[in-house]
Amino acid sequence: MTLSLPALGPNRKLKVPTGAERTLSNGLTVIAIRRPSVPLVELRLWVPFGRAPLARGVLLSQTLLSGTSTMSNLDIAAELQKVGGGLAAGADPDRLMISGNGLVSGLDRILELLAEVVTDAAYPSGEVANERDRMIEHIQVAKSQPAHLAREALLRRMYGKHPYAVQTPEPEQVRAVRAAQLRTLHADRVHPNGAVLVIVGDVRPERALDAAEATLGQWKGAGRPVELPPAPALTSGPLVLVDRPDSVQSSLRMALPAVPRTHPDHAPLHLANLIFGGYFSSRWVENIREDKGYTYGPHSVIEHALAGSALIVAADVATEVTGPALLETVYELGRLASLPPKEDELEQARQYALGTLQLGMSTQAGLAALASAYAGFGLRLDFLAEHSARLARATRDEVAAAAAKYLAPSRAVTVVLGDAARIAGPLAALTPVESPAESS
Amino acid sequence: MAARRSKIPATRYPVERFTLDNGLRVVLTPDRSAPVVGVAVVYDVGIRSEPEGRTGFAHLFEHLMFQGSANLEKLAHFRYVQGAGGTFNGSTHLDYTDYFETLPSNALERALFLEADRMRGPRLTEENLRNQVDVVKEEIRVNVLNRPYGGFPWLRLPPIMFDTFPNAHDGYGSFDDLESATVEEAADFFDRYYACGNAVLAVSGDLDVAQTQELVERHFGSVPARPAPVRPSFAEPDLTAERRQAYTDRLAPLPAVATAWRVPDPVADLTSYLPYVVLAEVLTDGDASRLVERLALRDRTVTSIGGYLGLMGEPFGVRDPTALLVEAHLPPGGDVDKVLRTIDEEAARVATDGLVDGELARTQARMATHLLRGTDAVLGRALQMAVLEQQRGAPDLLNDLPRLIGEVTEEQVRAAAASLRPERRAAVEVIPGGTK
Repeated sequence: MTLSLPALGPNRKLKVPTGAERTLSNGLTVIAIRRPSVPLVELRLWVPFGRAPLARGVLLSQTLLSGTSTMSNLDIAAELQKVGGGLAAGADPDRLMISGNGLVSGLDRILELLAEVVTDAAYPSGEVANERDRMIEHIQVAKSQPAHLAREALLRRMYGKHPYAVQTPEPEQVRAVRAAQLRTLHADRVHPNGAVLVIVGDVRPERALDAAEATLGQWKGAGRPVELPPAPALTSGPLVLVDRPDSVQSSLRMALPAVPRTHPDHAPLHLANLIFGGYFSSRWVENIREDKGYTYGPHSVIEHALAGSALIVAADVATEVTGPALLETVYELGRLASLPPKEDELEQARQYALGTLQLGMSTQAGLAALASAYAGFGLRLDFLAEHSARLARATRDEVAAAAAKYLAPSRAVTVVLGDAARIAGPLAALTPVESPAESS
Repeated sequence: MAARRSKIPATRYPVERFTLDNGLRVVLTPDRSAPVVGVAVVYDVGIRSEPEGRTGFAHLFEHLMFQGSANLEKLAHFRYVQGAGGTFNGSTHLDYTDYFETLPSNALERALFLEADRMRGPRLTEENLRNQVDVVKEEIRVNVLNRPYGGFPWLRLPPIMFDTFPNAHDGYGSFDDLESATVEEAADFFDRYYACGNAVLAVSGDLDVAQTQELVERHFGSVPARPAPVRPSFAEPDLTAERRQAYTDRLAPLPAVATAWRVPDPVADLTSYLPYVVLAEVLTDGDASRLVERLALRDRTVTSIGGYLGLMGEPFGVRDPTALLVEAHLPPGGDVDKVLRTIDEEAARVATDGLVDGELARTQARMATHLLRGTDAVLGRALQMAVLEQQRGAPDLLNDLPRLIGEVTEEQVRAAAASLRPERRAAVEVIPGGTK
């Protein structure tokens, strides 16, 4: 019996949920979106954090919830738990992000506790000392992870002297941080002005805005705008080979140029990336995984940061096929940069791009993450509709042009972490190779 | 006097169940709030069912289910799901194997067709088998062999805690076993375990029940009936003396330890099991929990500590025998014995002194949030309902879990804590061999 694939039903139109927005007198923007699917609420507070000193910034994020003048870290944790809530903070070169969730009945309490820590975090010396030790140990463990080491080497190679080049502090830098420095950094940088709070959940938007205003309206501090310089353009050069003796796999990483979400080339590049390696049904994945079995989870993705965007290509491949895997990767990049994609490949990628936008909005957490990421770049959710329209109308010629411009292997910056004694020769047969010590 | 409790909310997902003539059980749970659907097919076969000498076979076979089917070429499954705007995957567990998609709802029928087609039969070829053995070896390298703490503790603790092959062996498999697998064995495995009588289909999200029932009949109704195999008991006696082992991880820079105790049968005795689920959170959920507060914040004898039910961390997706685990990472030169002793002390304190005012209620409130977050995604709902249908015949238990967890009493948690005695413990220690 041969059965044939059923046709798709009619496309459901992209419905972007409407939210409400208010900028408080202290400069904090609050965006609230109702999605009543579960009786919960999600929060994301994005605080601009560019040029914050690395070790202090990361440690600040890990000790922000360690106590206030009236509450200990245990008090904060227990009070959050009482309403099914949790808060966590993290920092990167662009922002300090405080994320939380909880039962919707606890929204007011979670906001009160959030307000308490942003206005009155105490950075108690004992807790700071403890977190400092823990962080040093976490960094030690990270430095034993091949994925982390490969990422570090790639960032250094991509960004040179730009603040994006180093995103994990060295243990000795962390060890030198004192609690007083965290209090100073908090006073300098953790301000409502320019910050954006996103609230998504089973709550009326106006009511969420009022609750945020009632609690976070007291948060003071003007702050000053701090901007990062634009990230430098990628400069091609020899492949950087990082030795990790006895590795049974090589971590292959590449960076290619990309553009911000609002750039006219973004939609065609989004599609070109999918066709190359941005989803499972891509040329590269079908080649190096499903045809040749070199790797388990190859992927390529466009990463956006405030000071620049990049397309990152990543695969972990068996040591003995490191050379062939690089060859196939360069081949697939070059093939797409030189020849236009087929019409059906483009349509498949287009459907995937449009569909995954729908899927990404279908949970409270997904919606909150998306709204917050957009807001950090000055965009609102209606940008989804714009981007969808651009994806829908991007032509084969435009996608081919984007591929020629951004996916050309001659523009790639390449880093391989692995057992140099076994892979240096095969890699050198394909491209000039240098080790990090020799690089400038 | 009890502290004021947060009211534990619940979901009211509607549940429609039916069984096709060929034995396939179906669960539908409509929710039209977003134009997406989750589709899950769960087969009642997992790591515990793989034959001796064929470690890793259930997982390898999961890969083969994506390599073409009765009416579809290799790669077609991926292209059709993603070309409809959807995402897909599959995963292998101790007691089940799942296959799933999330798609815009206009692709529902396509997903049903694709799942029905591979339920009729995957294309098992020598070429695809060899290709996927290579891919699985890379998966094992990236997740276990090339990374510090690879396989800790889920592959390292079972051989210490259990004695029989089904419970104790490496579920990822040895390279020798994987490489010697044959197409014929794969065909036998399919015949035995991938019967529609051994499967559950669950669909959640933007669907019309009557119309979806018709589509399910249309696509799955013609899959030939085959009965489920009889599932053997995997029961093993509890430990009567502590079992400890250590191994050197040449890549790990710091020590770590995991310890586990057997717990009541999650399916046959849910009432006795739930207090252990709550206890794990009382001990390790956040800074205000017993073990985090004591070991990570006060004594500083660990850098992180976590506790959970089931070796793969899914309290409601595992059958007997299973365990409550506590996993800790230690600072340089950390003392594993001391950490284990402190865990014993804290368990004993819960057992003898009970919980402080409000401790249970706040833990239950946070657990409700975690449970509800897990059901917010249509796929999370479909997968959990499929497994609950398969293992318990009760998919709507998903709606009741927050409430049932909220009804666990302090007495029950104390009794559970009292059972975490050293002589019932299995533990595995990671000795760091990595460069500092």
